[in-house]
Amino acid sequence: MRYLPLTPEDRRSMLAKIGVASIDDLYEDVPARARRTGTVDLPPHQGELEVERAISALARQNLGTGSAPSFLGAGAYRHHVPASVDHLIQRGEFLTSYTPYQPEVTQGTLQYLFEFQTQVALLTGMDVANASMYDGATSVAEAVMMANRVTRRDRAVLSGGLHPHYAEITATHARFLGFDLARQAPDPTGTEDLIATIDADTSCVVVQYPSFFGHIRDLRPLAEACRKAGALLIVAIGEIVAMGALEPPGAMGADIVTAEGQSLGNSLGFGGPYVGLFTTRDKYVRQMPGRLVGETRDADGRRGWVLTLSTREQHIRREKATSNICTNSGLCALAFTIHLTLLGEAGFARLAALNHAAAGKLADRLAGIGGLEILNKSFFNEFTVRLKTPAAPVVEALAKRGILGGVPVSRFFPKEKSLESLLLLCATETNTDEDMAALAGALKELLK
Amino acid sequence: MSNLDPVTGTFSGNRGLQIEEPLIFEQGQEGRTGVDLPAPPKGADRLGGMARKGAVGLPGLSEPQVVRHYTRLSQKNYAIDSGLYPLGSCTMKHNPRLNEKMVRLPGLADLHPLQPLSTVQGALALIDQVAHWLKTLTGMPAVAMSPGAGAHGELCGIMAIRAALEHRGETRKRILVPESAHGTNPATAAACGYEVDAIPANAKGRVDLEAFRAKLGPDVAGIMITNPNTCGLFEPDIVEIAEAIHGVGGYFYCDGANFNAIVGRVRPGDLGIDCMHINLHKTFSTPHGGGGPGAGPVVLSEALAPFAPLPYVVHGKDGFDLVEHDEKGRAFGRLKGFHGQMGMFVRALAYMMSHGSDGLRQVAEDAVLNANYILASLKDVMSPAFDGTCMHEALFDDAFLKDTDVTTLDFAKALIDEGYHPMTMYFPLVVHGALLVEPTETESKDSLDLFVTVMRGLAARAKAGEAQHFHDAPKLTPRRRLDETAAARSPVLRWKPTVETKQAAE
Repeated sequence: MRYLPLTPEDRRSMLAKIGVASIDDLYEDVPARARRTGTVDLPPHQGELEVERAISALARQNLGTGSAPSFLGAGAYRHHVPASVDHLIQRGEFLTSYTPYQPEVTQGTLQYLFEFQTQVALLTGMDVANASMYDGATSVAEAVMMANRVTRRDRAVLSGGLHPHYAEITATHARFLGFDLARQAPDPTGTEDLIATIDADTSCVVVQYPSFFGHIRDLRPLAEACRKAGALLIVAIGEIVAMGALEPPGAMGADIVTAEGQSLGNSLGFGGPYVGLFTTRDKYVRQMPGRLVGETRDADGRRGWVLTLSTREQHIRREKATSNICTNSGLCALAFTIHLTLLGEAGFARLAALNHAAAGKLADRLAGIGGLEILNKSFFNEFTVRLKTPAAPVVEALAKRGILGGVPVSRFFPKEKSLESLLLLCATETNTDEDMAALAGALKELLK
Repeated sequence: MSNLDPVTGTFSGNRGLQIEEPLIFEQGQEGRTGVDLPAPPKGADRLGGMARKGAVGLPGLSEPQVVRHYTRLSQKNYAIDSGLYPLGSCTMKHNPRLNEKMVRLPGLADLHPLQPLSTVQGALALIDQVAHWLKTLTGMPAVAMSPGAGAHGELCGIMAIRAALEHRGETRKRILVPESAHGTNPATAAACGYEVDAIPANAKGRVDLEAFRAKLGPDVAGIMITNPNTCGLFEPDIVEIAEAIHGVGGYFYCDGANFNAIVGRVRPGDLGIDCMHINLHKTFSTPHGGGGPGAGPVVLSEALAPFAPLPYVVHGKDGFDLVEHDEKGRAFGRLKGFHGQMGMFVRALAYMMSHGSDGLRQVAEDAVLNANYILASLKDVMSPAFDGTCMHEALFDDAFLKDTDVTTLDFAKALIDEGYHPMTMYFPLVVHGALLVEPTETESKDSLDLFVTVMRGLAARAKAGEAQHFHDAPKLTPRRRLDETAAARSPVLRWKPTVETKQAAE
């Protein structure tokens, strides 16, 4: 077997050194009823060629976004990732390294995480970012639990423009930790009034920016209302590329900003692994979940990096930790930071502008189609349309024509009749004019 | 030569292949970029008046600078690819590159999670196949695939337990956790609203059965036990523990972090457990990536299966279906965005298919053999924490360092200068000055022999009174010991422009 270096002769001599007759002697603590003599009922080992053939066959049964015009967003976005990103993250010293608990032999990981933290803080306009979470969705739940700790209150308001997965995960934690959620009705028009929902028990208000339905709202009045009420404003970002075009939440008074970082450096990959971004104000840093890298000096006085403020974390604080998170998304954070370093100030702004322009072009193309109404006055690279018929069958019909034509809102709210005709459409720098013409043409026919 | 670096004795501050590398923020120049993107069309924006007013503050670097930056950073890291990584409880085994090739296939890497299900049948089939392998290997009837890592899997398991209890109309207060447990266990129990009640270990490094029985009662929701445990030992009373916890109406959470020791040889389902997370980044070779991403699927017993979180894959009438809503059922909710760590499923499947049922059994046996070989080769010069053989990791205490003025930490730092990543130190907490060594099955005998030679040499050196050598270590690394106290006292968690660079920019 190609991954196992021991030879039968090695095994014999090693057993002799240990002083046992057979490998079975090393399993003598296993209760008799659980000892298995044969192999389990699964296929035997295979060579690379056979494995590659089998998995490739599964891959071929799918229609990838690389092989079809694709307008899907709703929390996961297709972007072009420069070739050097994937090359660099596959360097074995990054790929096969552990969490950097031993700083003398992990300065590489620690330095890129320090740079990552800085980039994330800059993008969101916040003071401090951690070294990543599982994804954007779980980051929101962690942010709400952090706000509960900071404010010592236990009622969170979730905007109707928050990604349904973000809200559902937060609801799961609320159920088991016993805090209250005021989850607002879905807000496809971007007109909800959140200020009226804040009361004296409210620990935080969570909004998405741009919203799940694509709307962009000035968060300053809400931030001010939160501040007056002693509640925190949590802003979730589903598409981090938007920060190249929009005022950052930090500049509008947010207390915690979370984001899904998949768009930079990471492939769609059917939903994971992605990378959660988590930022806050300096004054709340000791209530943050997750790992943090900090600057220090070594014994020779040279600058270096270490994991720090670990007394918040489970491996030190056990049941009193701020979160149970341990493994996070190191390698995805590396892909993120390399892509952003390649983009730089100019490239990032340009990427955002191209996305906004692509979505604008798509909106203009669709505007004249009968039976289709665009609900957004504002958007970044994604907007909501109302069709004259339910959206899911239209998307299915588009797929039959080889077009991945957006995400029907009913996928998230199957019971909500009022939402069944809504479709989320996204365009990025990867969408060509031909893609848009294909979608517009097909929709025109299907909505006749 | 006043401009020589006082530490390295070179003009550059470099030392051969160890090259100093500034932060990206110290290398940026305005107007430089590492991408060529077309100019966006001009026109009014539709950003609702919220267009960005100021710059982000990102540095500008070209592609060659970026490639060199990260290449140099990578060279400051230890990795499985470069050497034995004896980090106990972490299972740092070889990460096959076939896994990486498979996850990048078109049709997998470029799948959007919200495509119509008719266009992702191969992806759903793949998840179903991984689930089948995991269920078969563990002897359990169900598996929740979505948790993002081991600790997330723990959360999933404890939430399923709590949901099952609530379904019975019961609210119970306590979760029992051995003192030797990984920190995530008590943190998880607390994150699900439970009180953590610690069970002591006995003199043999196992759960103290009498102490455990004394804690049982109607308010105990369950127990979390790592097996093989964090001392690298199999819990011989595990069946009795399972029966006792079930006897008071509680559930058995098994932490599967150490599944590598028994995969293919022992099915946890045969031991009476109710749920167990599996770290795909340990047993099933997906890369650790400098701290993730991982994946932590949780196998579930019949009793807990109805409460598994959303989403899950089922066999429908027209192929595979993905259940994302469960209005009538008992699913406890959603735990993760989309459908879990698909990229890790692909890698784990490539690994499991490569090994097959026969190879996986050999994996466990070789992992256990390698650990015992190290234990046998070092037990006369170091101090094994417990008598007898071990499973996949060898645990020592610091008794062998008594009166040497060398601590476990010093010893580990000296190992770095010998070209090794340190073993796990000061964990588990139940052993004084613990040194936990897990070689994994992917080390050759030659590699183990060299490691043993080094360990024996260091032990002899410590006992010979060369404490200073250990206190000074490491000396040959890109950085020597770092001041963690200073880092925590006044945290610097991001780069900020100095006054001069700010002025220069203006």
